Amino acid sequence: MITIENLSKQYGSTTVVDGVSMQIERNSITVIVGTSGSGKSTLLRMINRLVEPTGGRVLLDGRDTRGEPAHLLRRRIGYAIQGHGLFPHRTVGENIGTVPKLLGWDAQRVRARVHELLEVFQLDPQRYAQAFPHELSGGQQQRVGVARALAAEPAVLLMDEPFGALDPIIRAKAQEDLLAIQRRFGTTVVLVTHDMDEAFHLGDHVAVMSQGRLLQYDRPAVLLTHPADPFVSRMTGLADRALRLLSLTSAGELAGPGELAGPEVPATASLRDALSQILWCGAQGAQVIGADGKPCGQLTVAAILAHARPA
Amino acid sequence: MAEALGMWAGALRAQRIDRLGTLLTLAGAAALYLLPFVVVKANRIVPGEPHTLAAVLPPAVTLACTVCLALAAAAALLAANARLRLAAALLALVAVLLCLAAAGDALSPAGNRVVRIAPGAGFWVLLLCLGLLATDAITRLAPRPGRRVLLLFAFLAAAVLALASGAFDHLSIMREYAVNQERFGRELRQHVALALGSLAAAVVVGLPLGIFCHRVPRVREAILGTLNVIQTVPAIALFGILMAPLGALAAAYPLAERLGIRGIGAAPAAIALFLYSLLPIVANTVLGLKRVSRTAVEAARGMGMTDTQVLARIEMPLSLPVILTGIRVVLVQNIGMVTVAALIGGGGLGTFVFQGIGQTAIDLVLLGAIPIVVLAFSAAVLLDALVEVLDRGGH
Repeated sequence: MITIENLSKQYGSTTVVDGVSMQIERNSITVIVGTSGSGKSTLLRMINRLVEPTGGRVLLDGRDTRGEPAHLLRRRIGYAIQGHGLFPHRTVGENIGTVPKLLGWDAQRVRARVHELLEVFQLDPQRYAQAFPHELSGGQQQRVGVARALAAEPAVLLMDEPFGALDPIIRAKAQEDLLAIQRRFGTTVVLVTHDMDEAFHLGDHVAVMSQGRLLQYDRPAVLLTHPADPFVSRMTGLADRALRLLSLTSAGELAGPGELAGPEVPATASLRDALSQILWCGAQGAQVIGADGKPCGQLTVAAILAHARPA
Repeated sequence: MAEALGMWAGALRAQRIDRLGTLLTLAGAAALYLLPFVVVKANRIVPGEPHTLAAVLPPAVTLACTVCLALAAAAALLAANARLRLAAALLALVAVLLCLAAAGDALSPAGNRVVRIAPGAGFWVLLLCLGLLATDAITRLAPRPGRRVLLLFAFLAAAVLALASGAFDHLSIMREYAVNQERFGRELRQHVALALGSLAAAVVVGLPLGIFCHRVPRVREAILGTLNVIQTVPAIALFGILMAPLGALAAAYPLAERLGIRGIGAAPAAIALFLYSLLPIVANTVLGLKRVSRTAVEAARGMGMTDTQVLARIEMPLSLPVILTGIRVVLVQNIGMVTVAALIGGGGLGTFVFQGIGQTAIDLVLLGAIPIVVLAFSAAVLLDALVEVLDRGGH
């Protein structure tokens, strides 16, 4: 668990981060979202002390992060950034093995971990461990960047706009990969983005920042239904907030008993996607198909619509 | 042979006439027929009597040499295959050198060591044309760095063996060498020592200075500006400027004088070369560090590297090719500039150049100048290869 207490950063007379306090739960994805200059990156970089705070403190599992030298702290925390930041003169394998090597793992263990991670990220170790970063595609480079951040099995992974430089299709894939990886390793992820869709898609919790202040920090649905500030509703979008809300619930959660003539949608699809399917087919509802491929209930338009506004 | 003929035919059909080849052929032909191949001088300082190749050597030898040159011209004009061009250039080069050796033997009166047989303008132009043809062919072959270095050493070894064989002993430059043999070795070592020593000192000082400039942008302009000003001072003037303080130092401290620190001699030369070397090294270090990707440095720090580790493992390896380019500039520049050091008693191959100028003995000038050119060329080839090896994988 990460506890941020009254954290501030000033450069001269400019306040970049202004008294932010928040608790980040273990094994969850927290997304910090804001416009550029909102202080979101600075907040993230104060967690691993790439930026030293001028006020307040950060506790990692109850221990003050200032209790050890900054570089030792950073070796325990994964860090991935926009544009991947891979070392161009080192092979993919050496890049991924950077932190384990800094921690003094023996060569055998480093190699085993590198191979394991390459396989997790769907990169053939035989082919890619010895390759140089410039021989990889943009999406592959980004995956290696995340694999490198996870190499020493950190409990916490900080990501600063990690998918910002990717095209939409590769970005969607990278987001799905991140969700799968987070579930697999149980890592606590803190991710900074300016993309509200990304925040809603990935975040178990979303923090909205503006001008150095934390405006609201809650589950995505609450941000939509009970915005704490006009800026938060502007950020989350007034025009399509109903559809955004639908995108946060899966078809499986709302499926009721019965069978209905209509399109088939998987239980994992969001209500928004299910509604889109129903509208496209001109039907009144949809069949929900479970993970086993069998129908597991029906979903009516009325049930969906009832879910599209604050309770 | 059939392959070569086929290739020529192909080139003719396609009307591919090489532009460089045309220029080299015209220059070579003019050199062969209009300029003297050798010059015979009654002694080492008087102007000599020019002779063409045909006038000196038996018709059969002249014909053989002309055929070799014609082959080279044909290859230069028509052949697209770089190997063929290189082979033709080297064949003609050997032929021309053998003719020069033969001319030396033919024209030297037995027992007379005063008469000088010097290569004429025609020989030098032919040498230049064939050298250009060969280097152009090597460039087209684009050999890997390791192979280029091997090629360089092969050429140097061939040159040393040819000179040591005694075949060229009758030529004027080798006569000068024979007279100055002992000094030549000493001055060559002194030349290399001055060039490399001042380079080493400049690297030891310039690298940290460059890193400092990169880290503290406020001082960058001041330091680079100062070094720029030093660079604009002519070498002779800088020697003069250094003469007074070093002379005073030697007068005040006998220990300094015993260590060789005097107003004239190697000390001011080494210091001046060191000062000239600083700008390229500091500037390229700053440039190289600036070129390192900011995100790579940010990622390195974010993953827990200390400042020293970031410098040693990320910044230095990534800027090394640019820094080495600076070192290459300095080394080639130093090898040339050490020549001037001879004027203030610094020694080196420049000693022969200035002595030769003083005595109007052009052969003595060449005894100093040719090795300087060879040294500078070799240094450039070696460091270019090193830069290329280190830059691989960098991008």
